[in-house]
This record gives sequence, C-alpha cells and structure tokens, in this order.
Amino acid sequence: MIVELFTAGHGRHAGVVRGGASRKMAGILQPGNRVSAAWRARLEDHLGSYTLEPLQSRAVILSDRTALAGLNAVCALLRFTLPEREPHESLFASSERLFDALAEGGDWVPGYLRWELGLLEEMGYGLDLGSCAVTGSRDDLAYVSPRSGRAVSRAGAGEWAPKLLPLPLCLLGQGPASLTEIVQGLRLTGFFLGERMAPDLGDRPLPEARQRLVDLLARQG
Amino acid sequence: MTGGRDEIEALIALMARLPGLGPRSARRAVLHLISKRTQLMGPLAEAMAEVARTARECARCGNISTAAICDICEDPKRATGEICVIEDVADLWAMERGHAFKGRYHVLGGTLSALDAIGPEDLRIPDLLERIREEGISEVILALNATVEGQTTAHYIAEALEGSQVQVTSLAQGVPIGGELDYLDDGTIQAALRARKAF
Repeated sequence: MIVELFTAGHGRHAGVVRGGASRKMAGILQPGNRVSAAWRARLEDHLGSYTLEPLQSRAVILSDRTALAGLNAVCALLRFTLPEREPHESLFASSERLFDALAEGGDWVPGYLRWELGLLEEMGYGLDLGSCAVTGSRDDLAYVSPRSGRAVSRAGAGEWAPKLLPLPLCLLGQGPASLTEIVQGLRLTGFFLGERMAPDLGDRPLPEARQRLVDLLARQG
Repeated sequence: MTGGRDEIEALIALMARLPGLGPRSARRAVLHLISKRTQLMGPLAEAMAEVARTARECARCGNISTAAICDICEDPKRATGEICVIEDVADLWAMERGHAFKGRYHVLGGTLSALDAIGPEDLRIPDLLERIREEGISEVILALNATVEGQTTAHYIAEALEGSQVQVTSLAQGVPIGGELDYLDDGTIQAALRARKAF
C-alpha cells in the first residue's frame, strides 16, 4: 500500500508500506494518527518503503462529528496544498497542535481558523491584517481587500466597502470569538484558499471536506 | 512451447488478478484445476459462466443477487422497520454469518472520503434516504467500519436523518471477543472506556 505521511522534516512524503492493507495496520494507517516512520530507498528520488510504528492514536475523534469533520478538512487541505517532499515545519507543528486539540474535545474551532490563516501564510498567500492598506491606521479595521489580502479600515474603505470582504474581529484577536464570527472568518480564508491559492495549484476546486466543515459549523452557530 | 500453452498462460494471468493470489499461487491453482478437470474445473467453469450471466445488484438494497430483488429483501420474515447500513457486500455477508440481525440491509458501495474526494452522490446514500421515507423505517443501524472514512459516512447519514422520526443507532466499538487489553491499540481502549456500561 502506498501511504502519504505529513512529516516534520520532509513535508508530504509518500512511500510503500508492506502489509499496509492488513487488518493489523488498518488501525495505525488512519488519518490524524502519529507514527514513527523510517523511510528507505536505493535512490533519493525513488518511492521507497516505510517502516512504521504507532506513536499516538487519535481514534477518539471518530465519535465527535464536528471534530471528525475538522480532521477531514485538515487532511484534505494538506493533501490539496502541499507539494511533495517540501518541508513545512511550522505548519507541521500547528497541525499537530490542532490534531491534539481535536482529540481533546475542547474548543478547537478558533484554532482551526488560525491554522487556515497559517496555511495561507505558509503557502505564500498570507493576509496582512496589521494596518489599513489605505490609511495605515491600526484602528477600526473592518474589511480585507480581495486583491491584496490586506486589511482596510472603515474610513479607508469609503465607497469601496461593498466590494471588500468583511473582516471578523476574531481575526484581529479582539473579543471572544463566537461561532458565527469564526464561520465568517472561514469564509474569508476560504475566499483566499479557493480564489487565490487554488488557481495556482492547477485550478482544482477546494476539497469538499472543508466546505462540509464550514456548513456544519454554520448550522451550529 | 507446446500447442495450447498460451490459453493456460492466459488463464494463469487471469487467476493471478484475483485477490490473495499472485503469479505463483495462480499457477498452482490452475495446475490443480487441470488435474481435476472433470470433478472441479468443468463445474467451476459452468458455475462461473452462470453467475457471470445472472449476477446483478439488488435494485433495492445493493446486495449481489441473481434476481432483480435479492432473497433478503424478498423474505417476508425479515423485519421491515429496521435497515442495517453497511459499506459493501462483504460486510453484508459478514453480518449474515452472525445470524444476529433479522432486518434488511442497505449497501452503500463505499464510504465518504475526504482524501479521495468521494462524496455522498458517489454512494447509494440518496437511495437510502429515499428508502427510509418510502418504507416507513423506524430504526437505521449504522454498521460501518471504525475508520475515519466509515465514521465520517456514519455521521453524515445520522445528520441527514436529524429531525426525522427515525432512530439512528450504530454498532458498539471496543474490546473484541477474545481480545486482550495488552494487545489493543490505545484508540480502541479509549473507545471501549467511553462506551462502558453497568455490569
């Protein structure tokens, strides 16, 4: 069986797992689990084979509908965005933290939104929400430019406001994040994932798993 | 190479495509069949030809049958208020081996997969929802695998049935019969602990 691992040092990396389709390995080779992996190949550019040992099962997520939707969205987006064998250590670390939060069952949804912001940043489509792109002010930031990904204040937006994307306060770290605001934040990140990043990755549609998570959260909000 | 060897090689190549068989085991199986041409190979070929001609998917549940509607769906003794949802026909046969379930089945033909981009419209989920409405089903038993994909599918179906009068249940997860805690993975132990019951 060919499996793809998200690794700290080598990014998304595929390899053959002998006996990977066996019942013994089925529980280990589940998305979200953490494994210790040794990869061997005769040449660097070969597919190679993995020897895996389980380190941490996150099977507890299976019983939580929303967390499972989150896990599916993260795995699908990682596979969608990451090129093979390109290290993304900070994204790996933030993904690990998010998987742990999903398994712990706490309030992981704001963390998921931050993870998507981090994913955009890591892939070179980061949002600049520090100050207004028009006035330079740090106050009353209310919109994001769909072209530049920079924040725009209410005063700076003027008559262009209807053409800008609403910026929820939770993305500025202001006030408690309600589920409605987080969904608004996910629509914002979704715009940049789908309209800016996806066309550069072969113009494929964003994975449906992400939209299913957003829809699920919207219904709960 | 003697005459007729090509046909035998072609048969070996076909047999080697069966699950669990490789070229060497396929060669052994073909040699065994040839050595028992009249007792085994002839009847096997006839049975295979007959099944190849008649086998089809049950129009109601998705089981494999030689009739338009399978024996299970046609059986009047089967409870009509319960549907057991399974991933594929192998799971249906496994459930039937247990003789524990006396209702009817619905075979999805796979599971939702975020990584392989398999959505609800690729499975027989719309058919299931229609059956539940039309057949007045009172309980849906989700007998899907305890994998990320299996449970994603289970949650999707449960969510689609929210607000209806249908009771949605799922198979228990935990320690298998004959299982020893020392050999279980930590995910199974967690699931078993969560699903503990009064003793």
